[in-house]
Amino acid sequence: MPTVNVDKEILFKGLGRVFTLEEFEDLCFDFGIELEEETSEREMAAKEIGAEKAKELSNRLIYRIDIPANRYDLLCAEGIIRALSIFLENQKPPVYKTVPAPAGKHQKLIVKPETGAIRKFVVAAVLRNMVFTQDNYNSFIDLQDKLHANICRRRTLVAIGTHDLDTIEGPFTYEALVPKDINFIPLNQTQSMNGEELMNFYEADRKLSKFLPIIRDAPRYPVIYDSKRRVLSLPPIINSDHSKIKLTTKNVFIECTATDLTKAKIVLNTVVTMFSEYCKEKFTVEPVEVVQTDGKSVMYPDLSMRHMETSAPYINKLIGTDIPRDKIVTLLTRMGVTASKGADDKAISVQIPPTRSDILHPVDVMEDVAIAYGFNNITKTVPKASTAGAMFPLNKLSDKVRRELALSGYTEVLPLILCSHDENFKFIKKVDDNTTAVKLSNPATIEYQVVRTSLLPGLLKTIYSNKKLPLPLKIFEVSDIVLKDDSVERRAKNVRHMAILYANMKGSGFELIHGMLDRIMLMLNVPMDVTGSGNGYYIKESNNETFFPGRRADIFLNGQKIGHLGIVHPEVCQNFEVPFATSALEMTIEPFV
Amino acid sequence: MSAIQDLILTTIDAHGAIEDTAALRINGQPVDQLQVIGVLNSLTAREVVSFTILDAEYWLLSEEGNKVVEHGSPEVMVFNAIPEGEDGISIPELQKLVGESYKFGQGAAFKNKWIKKSAAGFARATDSVVDSTRNELIAIRDGKVLAEKIMTDYKKKKLIDKKKTSSYNVVKGPKFTTTLAKEETDISQEMILSGEWKTAQFKKYNFAPGVTGVVPRGGYLHPLMKVREEFRQIFLELGFTEMPTNKFVDSSFWNFDALFQPQQHPARDAHDTFFLKDPATDRKYPRDYLERVKKVHSEGGYGSIGYVMDWKEEEAEKLLLRTHTTAISSNMLYQLAQEKEFRPVKYFSIDRVFRNETTDATHLAEFHQLEGVVADRGLTLGDLIGTLHSFFQKLGIPKIKFKPAFNPYTEPSMEIFSWHDGLGKWVEIGNSGMFRPEMLRPMGLPEDVSVIAWGLGVERPTMIKYGYDDIRELLGHKVNIDMVQKNPICRLDKKMGREL
Repeated sequence: MPTVNVDKEILFKGLGRVFTLEEFEDLCFDFGIELEEETSEREMAAKEIGAEKAKELSNRLIYRIDIPANRYDLLCAEGIIRALSIFLENQKPPVYKTVPAPAGKHQKLIVKPETGAIRKFVVAAVLRNMVFTQDNYNSFIDLQDKLHANICRRRTLVAIGTHDLDTIEGPFTYEALVPKDINFIPLNQTQSMNGEELMNFYEADRKLSKFLPIIRDAPRYPVIYDSKRRVLSLPPIINSDHSKIKLTTKNVFIECTATDLTKAKIVLNTVVTMFSEYCKEKFTVEPVEVVQTDGKSVMYPDLSMRHMETSAPYINKLIGTDIPRDKIVTLLTRMGVTASKGADDKAISVQIPPTRSDILHPVDVMEDVAIAYGFNNITKTVPKASTAGAMFPLNKLSDKVRRELALSGYTEVLPLILCSHDENFKFIKKVDDNTTAVKLSNPATIEYQVVRTSLLPGLLKTIYSNKKLPLPLKIFEVSDIVLKDDSVERRAKNVRHMAILYANMKGSGFELIHGMLDRIMLMLNVPMDVTGSGNGYYIKESNNETFFPGRRADIFLNGQKIGHLGIVHPEVCQNFEVPFATSALEMTIEPFV
Repeated sequence: MSAIQDLILTTIDAHGAIEDTAALRINGQPVDQLQVIGVLNSLTAREVVSFTILDAEYWLLSEEGNKVVEHGSPEVMVFNAIPEGEDGISIPELQKLVGESYKFGQGAAFKNKWIKKSAAGFARATDSVVDSTRNELIAIRDGKVLAEKIMTDYKKKKLIDKKKTSSYNVVKGPKFTTTLAKEETDISQEMILSGEWKTAQFKKYNFAPGVTGVVPRGGYLHPLMKVREEFRQIFLELGFTEMPTNKFVDSSFWNFDALFQPQQHPARDAHDTFFLKDPATDRKYPRDYLERVKKVHSEGGYGSIGYVMDWKEEEAEKLLLRTHTTAISSNMLYQLAQEKEFRPVKYFSIDRVFRNETTDATHLAEFHQLEGVVADRGLTLGDLIGTLHSFFQKLGIPKIKFKPAFNPYTEPSMEIFSWHDGLGKWVEIGNSGMFRPEMLRPMGLPEDVSVIAWGLGVERPTMIKYGYDDIRELLGHKVNIDMVQKNPICRLDKKMGREL
C-alpha cells in the first residue's frame, strides 16, 4: 500500500478547516484511506540518520496517509485534498479539458520504428502557464516517484520524463539508438556521456542503479530528441540536464514511455489532471500529437469522460439497501463521479473522469455508492440459505489421530514446511533423485530451498531447539508433505503424514515407538497381519539409510508400504546436532480416511 | 536434624521450656537457627511444642571497620607516618607511606590540628594522639552498643553494619512428648487391610498457598492447533463446509488469474511469491475456462472494460506455493459452477499459505490463513456485514467496523477493524469483500449469484489470545516444547487472562 506524505497545514488549508487528529482519522476511515502517523521531515529523518544530523530539517507537521493501491489519483497531496474536498461536498468534481495549443505552438512527437523492440509506446502532453512553488514542485517530483514505484512497476512498464518546454523545440522524435551514439549531460551532472558510459556512471547510484537492468543489455536504448538533436531523456533511466524543470519553469512537456499503453495513458492522465490545477487556465491540458510508426497520428492525453450505464435497483440489490436514485446520484458526486438520471426511471448514467481508472465495472460504481453511504450505516442481514456444516474427511481423521498421539503422551509440534535441501536429503542420509521434492526458484531466505518430503527433519530440528528440557522428549506432528506427481494438475500433491519421535539419554525408545504404531493401529481398528493374508498391518526389517541397521523397518498396510520406523541413525542425529538416542516413526494416514 | 529435635525435646523435658534457642549447644557449638525453625515447625504442626520468635539485632564491623582495628584510623596512620620534628615529610613520601587512606586521613589530621604545613610538606603539630575511632570500633566488635550518635556516624561511614538474627522461645504443646511416633505420609493398601489406618498417625498435608501437587506427565496439543479447532467449530456451527486445502502447490492461474488479479500485479513479483524451479509450470487447467479468463483480463466482458493489456499464458502456467487459500476457493467455485444446477454453498478453510518474506518477529514465510466463503443468488453487502458480525460475535469480538479498501478480486472490499480494549484503539483483524463479476462470471456462475468472503491470519489472533509478541515463538522448530505443554485450552469467546 503506497504512503503519501501531506503537509498538515496545506492539507487543512485545502480542506477549508482544521481537523483534530481523531476527526481526520475518522474522515480517512470513512473514505477508505488511512492516517498512518503524524510526523515531520525531521522526525522521519532522525530515525534513519540520527537526531543530530536531522536537526536542520523542517519540523513542519506531516500526515503520512496510506492509499489503496489502485487509486493513482490519490498519490499526491493535490489528489488527496481534491478527493476529500469533493467527499466533504466543499467542491464539485472538476472537469478536465484539453485545449488546443496557441497558434504555432502545437507539439508533435514522432515515433521511430526501432523503438518497437525495446519500449514500444510513448504518450505526451503539455501543461502551459504553470506556476511552480517550492511546495508544489516537491509534490510534482514526489508524484512521479510514487507513480514509478507503483503503477509503473519500478519503471519497467512506464517511465515519466518532464521537461521545461521553453528550453527545447519540437517536433520531438522518439528513437532507439546504439548506446555509444547517444551523448548528453544527464540531469544534475556536468559531464556529457554516451549510453555506455552512463550505465557505468550510475552503477553505484543508490536510487538509479536498480533501473539500469531494464535496458542495459539491449542493443539499442530508447531516447527522445528535440528538433535540434538535444536529448530530452533516456527512458527509463534519466532525463537530460538541459531540459530540466526549475522553479521558474512555466511550460512543462511531459512524456511517458512504456511497454504497456493502457498504463502509460493512466500515468499521463494522473500527472496532468493533478498538476493542471496550477495552470493559468485551471484543469486544462494542451495535447501533443504522437505520430505512430504506421503514420497515424494520435492526440494525447485523452481526458474524455468514460460513460457507464447502471441502475438504482442494480446498486441497491448488491448493497442490500433501498437508496432513492436521486440520493445515489448525490452520493456518486461525492466520490468524484458525475452521475445523472438515465434513459428510464431507474437507470443511472455515470460519467467517469480520467482520474478514476480504477472503475472497470458497474460494481465499482456500486462500491462508491456504498462508501459514500457509509459501510457502517448498512443494515446487517444474514444469508438466508440453510446449509449443513461438514469437515474435510482427511482433516477429521487427522484430528482423531492427533488426539490419540497426545493421549499417549506425545506433545504436538509445528515445524515449518519449507526446509533446506540438505535437511531434506543429505542430513537424513538420502540422495535426491529429482523425482520427489518440489524446489523453490527464488527464496528470500536461503534455508528455504525445498518443500519437505518428510516430517522427520522438522522434528529433529525441534529437538535440537529444545535440548535443555528434561528427557525423554516425546513429540509428534500430523501434517502435509509434498511430492512431485506429473499425473495431477499442478504436478505436485500433498500427502498427510504422521510422525512421532522419542529422544532420551539412555535407551532409544525404539520399542516405545513400535508400541505406538500398534496403539494407533488399534485405535484405527486395523488388525495386525500375522499370517501374511494381506489384510491388516505388519512391519518388516528394511535397509532405510536414515535409520540404524538392524533396528529399522517398513510399515505395510494391506500389503502396501505406508511408512517406516527405526532408531534414527547416529549420523543423522549428529547432522542435526541432536545429542540423544532417538527413535522415530513416519507414515501416511491417507489410506485410513 | 534429629539431633536437634532430640536436644530440643530433652531440654524442654528437663527445664520445662527453652528461653532462647540461641543458647542451645551441641558439642559446645551454637545450633543453626534455620535448622531449629525447621524442627519447630514440624513439632508445632504436631502440637508437641509451640514457640515464639525472638528477633535480635547486633552490630558487626564492616571490612573497612576491621581495617581500622588492624591498622588504625586514617588520620592516625597519617600522624604516625610523619616523623617527629619541625622538618616533617614531603607530601609524595607521606602519600607513599600511608597509601590509599592518605586522602581522607590527611584532611582529618589537619582538621584535628595534629599536623601542620612545613617546608617539606607536613610536620607533626602535637606530640601524641589517641585513636578513639579504633578504640570505639574494638568496643563495638566485642558487643558493646555505644551512644546512638556514634553508631549512626560509623554506619554512615560504612565502618559498621547492623545484622538481624532470629532465635526462638519454646514451650510445651498440648501433646508434648519426648518419644515421637513415626508419622505416615500416605495411606496404603496394607494399612486398609490390616486396619492400621485407625491408629496410625498421619503427617499433616501441606495445604499452604503456593504449594503445588505433582504435575501430571501426558501428551499435549499445540496452542495454534487449539485455536484452529475453535475456529473450525465456529464455522461448523454456522453450517460451513471445510474445503480440501491440501494443495500447497498451485498454478498462478488459480492463485492469481482466476481471481482477476492482473499479471502485472506486484504480488506476482518474485519478491513476494515463492515460484517453483521444479516443477516450474503446469497447463492442465481447463482450456475453455482459461480462454474466458484471458478475455476478461485483456478485453473485458460481463460489463467490465477489463485491464486492456496483453494476457500471457506463460505467466498463468507458472507454478508457485499458494499465497492465499483463495487459490482453493477459486477452484471450488469453478467446480460449483460446473454443477448442473446452482446450489448455495458455505465454505471455509484454515490452512497454511506461503509468502516469500524474510523472517522477523511479525513475519514468517509460512502462516495459517482462515477463509470463509458464501455463494448464493442475491447476496448483498449487508449479508456480508451481518455474517461478519455473527462470526466475530462468536469469537468474543462484539465491536467491529469496516473500512473501504482495495483488493483486485473483491468489490466492494472491506477491511475489518475491531476495538481492542488493551491497546485502546481500533485494530485491523481481517479482510472481506464480494468477489468481482470478472472473477465469477468466467467460471460460469449465473449472473445473479454473488459470493461474499472474508479472511484472516490465524497466528495474529493466537498471539493476542496467548500473549506472544514474536510469531517465531508460536510456529516453527524453534518453538519451546515446554510452552506447548503449559498453554491453557483455547476459549475464543472467553477472556483467558493472557491476552495482550
